[in-house]
Amino acid sequence: MEPVALLEARQVTKTFSLPAGGQQTVLEGVSLAVKPGEVVALLGRSGSGKSTLLRILAGLIAPSQGAVLRQGQALTGPNPDVAMVFQSFALLPWLTVKENAELGLIARGVDRNEAEGEALRALDMVGLEGFEGAYPKELSGGMRQRVGFARAFVIKPDVLMMDEPFSALDVLTAENLRGEISYLWEKGSFPAKSILLVTHNIEEAVLLADRIVILGANPGIIRGELQVDMPRPRDKETPRFKALVDHVYTVMTNPQAAVGQLITEQREPRFTMLPHARSGGISGLLEILDSRGGAEDLPALAEDLRLEVDDLLPAVDAAVMLGFAMVAEGDVMLTATGREFANAEVHRSHEIFRDQLLERIPLMKAVLAMLENKRDGRISKDFVLDILDEHFSASEAERQFDTLVDWGRYAQLFDYNADEERLYLDREPVA
Amino acid sequence: MEITRTPLWGAPERFRSKFLASFRPADLAVGLGTLALLYVAARVGAESFVRFHPPDTIPQISLDPRNLPNYAARSTLRMFIALIFSTLFTFVYGYSAARSSRAERVLVPLLDILQSVPVLGFLSVTVTGFIALFHGSLLGLEAASIFAIFTGQAWNMTFSFYQSLRTVPSELEEMTTLYRLSRWERFTRLELPVSAIGLVWNGMMSFGGGWFFLAASESISVLNHQYTLPGLGSYVAVAIAAKDMKALGYAIATMIVLILLIDQFFWKPLVNMANRYKLELSAGEEQRFWVVDLWRAASLPRRIESLTAPLWHAIDRWLSKRTTLIEDPVSGNEPSRGNLVFNATAVVATFLLLIAGIHFVLRGVGGREVAHAAILGVATAARVLVLIVFSTVIWTPIGVAIGLSPRLARLTQPLVQIAASFPANFLFPFATLTFIKLGISLNWGSMLLMALGAQWYLLFNVIGGAQAIPNDLREMARSFNLRGWKRWRFLLGPSIFGTWVTGAITASGGAWNASIVAEIVSWGNTTLRADGLGAYIADATSKGDWPRIVLGVGLMSIFVVGLNRLVWRPLYDLAQRRYQIA
Repeated sequence: MEPVALLEARQVTKTFSLPAGGQQTVLEGVSLAVKPGEVVALLGRSGSGKSTLLRILAGLIAPSQGAVLRQGQALTGPNPDVAMVFQSFALLPWLTVKENAELGLIARGVDRNEAEGEALRALDMVGLEGFEGAYPKELSGGMRQRVGFARAFVIKPDVLMMDEPFSALDVLTAENLRGEISYLWEKGSFPAKSILLVTHNIEEAVLLADRIVILGANPGIIRGELQVDMPRPRDKETPRFKALVDHVYTVMTNPQAAVGQLITEQREPRFTMLPHARSGGISGLLEILDSRGGAEDLPALAEDLRLEVDDLLPAVDAAVMLGFAMVAEGDVMLTATGREFANAEVHRSHEIFRDQLLERIPLMKAVLAMLENKRDGRISKDFVLDILDEHFSASEAERQFDTLVDWGRYAQLFDYNADEERLYLDREPVA
Repeated sequence: MEITRTPLWGAPERFRSKFLASFRPADLAVGLGTLALLYVAARVGAESFVRFHPPDTIPQISLDPRNLPNYAARSTLRMFIALIFSTLFTFVYGYSAARSSRAERVLVPLLDILQSVPVLGFLSVTVTGFIALFHGSLLGLEAASIFAIFTGQAWNMTFSFYQSLRTVPSELEEMTTLYRLSRWERFTRLELPVSAIGLVWNGMMSFGGGWFFLAASESISVLNHQYTLPGLGSYVAVAIAAKDMKALGYAIATMIVLILLIDQFFWKPLVNMANRYKLELSAGEEQRFWVVDLWRAASLPRRIESLTAPLWHAIDRWLSKRTTLIEDPVSGNEPSRGNLVFNATAVVATFLLLIAGIHFVLRGVGGREVAHAAILGVATAARVLVLIVFSTVIWTPIGVAIGLSPRLARLTQPLVQIAASFPANFLFPFATLTFIKLGISLNWGSMLLMALGAQWYLLFNVIGGAQAIPNDLREMARSFNLRGWKRWRFLLGPSIFGTWVTGAITASGGAWNASIVAEIVSWGNTTLRADGLGAYIADATSKGDWPRIVLGVGLMSIFVVGLNRLVWRPLYDLAQRRYQIA
């Protein structure tokens, strides 16, 4: 039997009237349920209404249409079953750490001594023992957010809501705190039944969530959701983790992409970053794969080749991007095209590579079109770099250009004169 | 951390021995100081109940300087009672305006108007009203005087409180809702602390301005009667009537001492405390202040605090329980029909009041009188504008010089603060005497009198503006060799424009109010008079001519509000738009 959802939004729509007149729809027909024992991440870009949805579920904002249910009952005010961790911490600077932490209990009329005991326990849990008497301004950002967590833990909510809890922290501090929260959850002694996390950080969502709900923007709708059934604690270095991150990334960068489909079936958006893999490396990988029957576990392959997975990944990514291979659950396997490529003779393999390039790499197609449109069939490196600079950092643009030249040369689409720093159209007959 | 678990009335034995063991010299100072304050307040307060029968028996003021401490204490008591009422009013009014969008639509514009109305024009109304209320004792006059001070203090403080409430960070609001803080808890943990700094600063400034109203209200002739209330203000009035220069000197000295004492023992510690309630989480250095240090060094306050802590907790809990908040989620759309009815009622009520007022005035004095008063209004308006131009020309360079030099600012800031608090009407007699000696018409002289009080707001704000000029801009100006006029044109002028506008708005408000006491002045039996709306109101007030009082006060309010809308508001918007240093 399905457990009763702790918290549920049914067909929630939210419109705000604009000061200039007219209305803006922030959320449209959103339904979402949080069940006991799960971590749900709401992931979306700015304007997707994810924070609004969170506040509607918390009972801080009323939906324009639809209903919010807690344990099956309609919610009509601030939700007593939830606690929230805020992006800006929302600590009262004039109260001590302890006073901030026990605030929720004091407000509920819990006896002062009891509240204090609970607060001290929660502060212990987040590693702030000994800081109870300090004021928030004496603490670093990370420690302030720990107080925010302690304040939420103290009231032992059904659902702990986190509104971009780590985004006001520097990268290292955020990483550290995220890890500790994740550890507390895995240990099984977490002081809340479920977690609802709002974030725009994909890695954070994949690291913490059992379920990632992806919101689309303007108006905010649910585009789909992904189950993350990776064992905990999760290792960010595993290809599976990375593949999922990549997939979510693709979905997020491409408003049309369907959620949950495999990454190889996505059309890449214009100027997605090319993996830094040489054409020789790609074909080498494909040949090895072919010789092993067309499929291999990635970590095993890396070990056999005495490589780190990191070293192997660019070639794998490139093979995936070019439609030669697929990655699923940590395995890499050849596609039909990949198998054909691995078995083709030299001339034919160049042709296959060229076809795949033109079909799947928009940048390559764009550069070729520019070359063809020039009467003298040549363009300068700076011209291409100018285009790449709009999408990448200067050094990354250089690397992208290098990869582009390498692939283009291999496919015999064009040549490059390093002295003149010019690309030339390869005038040899294509057909 | 020490946890207070002292039972309410428990362990007196242990307490006594510990108390004696930890007694420090600072405790002596704090204890004696508190006792002395209580004694003075009780004695002086009791005098207010002295029976009298106005106007037949009015309290006599003696010019003997030995009476001055008593007068000073009585005036101070009035000021603080007014401050307490202002604070209470601030909480109720500001809270209602910030928490109900419906109340907001009426209360905020009303506050804007109340702020512009010449307080002194109302003295006649309030004095008669309060005397009728407290028949046969000084309390009526006391109440009228306190009310006059109150009206000088309350509006500013209310605006500040309202603004603070409106700008509470939304995540903090959400936090208090979600963690189910009661109204009381919300007020004491969030709303009061966030508004503390603004409230204390505005309270301090308004309190300083309050001395002016105190001086004007302690001795006033209303409805053909001279009312006198023992205090510093009436002492000055009697000294003027007696042409007693020496007594005036004593009064001024007393006033300065009083301002300094209150500043050191009340406002400075309060500002110091309020600074703890900064919203930014950045760790800044704590400013030290000797009274606060003394208080902290003493063990007495802490003993009392820890003894009474359980009592406070019980009260806190009790109030909390009675103000639990089960509110619906904040809805974006209010019922529009109710709003329509509400708005219509508000508009109709305002309209009816206006009609009634106009009718009353026209029936009493006729159209020609209205035109005459309007011309007087234009004369006073011209005076206000001229004095602002002059004050600007004189004080802007000085203010900028002070603001740009931290050393100079440190030296002069306290002086300027005292000057701003000092009631300008104490200085009027000297100016009057000079006018009489030199034969200067008060038509010109009144501008100087009005400026005596108003100019400080300009200086204050110009100093503030100059201090806020970023250092790199100043260095830029130096490295590009911007000098003289160009430096003013490109750097200094635009930088201080915003704060100058704020100062000018306050100064012009102050000048309008001052016109009521500055356009008629006397020295002994000689009375000087200027043609202006202020003198018109003062005349009507002392004669008890109701239609003229309503006409004068109404016209002045219209002038002030009109100038605010037509001149100051556009300038303010311009300053916000173009000359804001981010």
